Amino acid sequence: MSSSIPTVPDELAKVKLDRIPLLLIPALALVAVPLVGSLSTWITLTFAGLAMGLIIFIMASGLTLVFGLMDVLNFGHGIFITLGAFLASTVLSRMPNWTTSPALLPNLSAMALAILVAMLVVGLVGLLFERVIIRPVYGQGLKQIMITMGGMIVGVELIKVVWGAQSIPLLLPTAFQGSLLFGEAAVEKYRLIAVVIGVGVFAVMYWVLSRTKVGLLIRAGVHDREMVESLGYRVGRLFLGVFMAGAALAGLGGVMWGLYQQSINPAMGGAINVLLLIVIIIGGMGSVGGCFIGALMVGLVSNYAGFLAPKVALFSDILLMVIVLLWRPQGLYPVVKR
Amino acid sequence: MSAPLLRLDGVHTHIGAYHILHGVDLEINHGELTVLLGRNGAGKTTTLRTIMGLWRASGGSVRFEGEAIHTRATPEIARQGIAYVPENMGIFADLTVRENLLLAARGAKRAELIDPKRLEWVFQLFPAMKKFWQHPAGLLSGGQKQMLAVARAIIEPRKLLLIDEPSKGLAPVIIQNMIAAFRELKQTDTTILLVEQNFNFARQLGDRVAVMDGGRIVHTGTMAALAGDEPLQQRLLGLSLASHQ
Repeated sequence: MSSSIPTVPDELAKVKLDRIPLLLIPALALVAVPLVGSLSTWITLTFAGLAMGLIIFIMASGLTLVFGLMDVLNFGHGIFITLGAFLASTVLSRMPNWTTSPALLPNLSAMALAILVAMLVVGLVGLLFERVIIRPVYGQGLKQIMITMGGMIVGVELIKVVWGAQSIPLLLPTAFQGSLLFGEAAVEKYRLIAVVIGVGVFAVMYWVLSRTKVGLLIRAGVHDREMVESLGYRVGRLFLGVFMAGAALAGLGGVMWGLYQQSINPAMGGAINVLLLIVIIIGGMGSVGGCFIGALMVGLVSNYAGFLAPKVALFSDILLMVIVLLWRPQGLYPVVKR
Repeated sequence: MSAPLLRLDGVHTHIGAYHILHGVDLEINHGELTVLLGRNGAGKTTTLRTIMGLWRASGGSVRFEGEAIHTRATPEIARQGIAYVPENMGIFADLTVRENLLLAARGAKRAELIDPKRLEWVFQLFPAMKKFWQHPAGLLSGGQKQMLAVARAIIEPRKLLLIDEPSKGLAPVIIQNMIAAFRELKQTDTTILLVEQNFNFARQLGDRVAVMDGGRIVHTGTMAALAGDEPLQQRLLGLSLASHQ
């Protein structure tokens, strides 16, 4: 059954997509070419920056969506990242035959299993976190901050109980170690995988948000939760689903970040939390597209600065945030809420 | 006489420390258009929001088709067949007209699955919706946004429409279009509770009228009786104005 869909008239001006933030990524990369000097080094740095940015995006996307939908700034988001990384270490350590095999398939299978376990378990922990910790403090900003930070502290201690307080290595499966050469440029295999997974996550999120009714509800809920409820939708359930998905994505991000760093510790989530906050502030809090661009910018700037001026790299993320906020005080793609 | 579709008995509503509704008694009969009149701050919007569950009644009861709904959450109330058009229209400015209507059509996962006859009827009532189908709602004019808000409320059959000041801020020609659309809507036996300050708009549409002041209903009756009784209009409006000063 199809309705007669009318043709589009031209009486109203079309909404123009704000392309300037989109252009920042290629602009940033192009500006770095003469500064870096060597093309092969530039390719290596750019790829490393994109891979890092995409992993950050995976970790931050749930955080920004939860903030946009429910005005909940979850300072405990980092615990999902830490838990994901530790779960991956447990799964991968149980499969030495697969992770040390020279063949690609066993390595891929081991990593896929680690990701699956991390996402499922962390998603369920997210369910508990929302029900027990966040639900009682909806609409109470200061209490939210305090209790989510408290939840993170408790979570870190629980992780220490299970896995110990020390850093533990999280080695890449054998097939993902080493680099591929493109001319004179070396690109680490794992960064290629990170780019593929990161782009895949973004594509799925984009599809869900722009092409499905659930996505439509999320976008509408970000702007006016009350009206969505007045239309008969249970936004609380929608939020729970988004929160669990966000936690699961953080778990995936934790696996990716842990493998990227090749070492994990119980405090890693807390450290990365600050970076994630910077990214979602740059992107415009609540905006997934802004988060994507913000994460890529942070990844690129961090890598270029690390090569060109290592001391600047220590504060390049904050510097980037300050510059963006001076230009656009609400972030790159502000989500307008009533 | 059949039981009212909606019945409010002694409804009190507090918003924070403020006591807004002081025992509202109101009956809305099936198939009628009831206009809720009153000055600013009389409690009209609060009454609609309390019926919709957006603010909790702190006392009294709200019954819809005989069932108490004042303890239910807003989505459950909406699913009973009550649609709400708030004063600010509540449209999603970043979404297209199509997406706004798709959201309101709970039974359809895609716009193509919205009941085509119903959609055509909505397009007949509000041609601008057809014209600007793919355009972001935020680009529509004030009148078109109001039309979209009402279109969204009727894209699926509802038992009761709660509409808050649909004529507010609209040009006279648009108001006439809205009146024509509401007249057409009345032909479909839809029950409507309309909050309005524009008495000329209200008297062209209303079957019954309830006047609020100070968080209470101070008058109920037929619109014809009120429209034909200037002293009564004067007394009610005078009462409102006097208590406002």
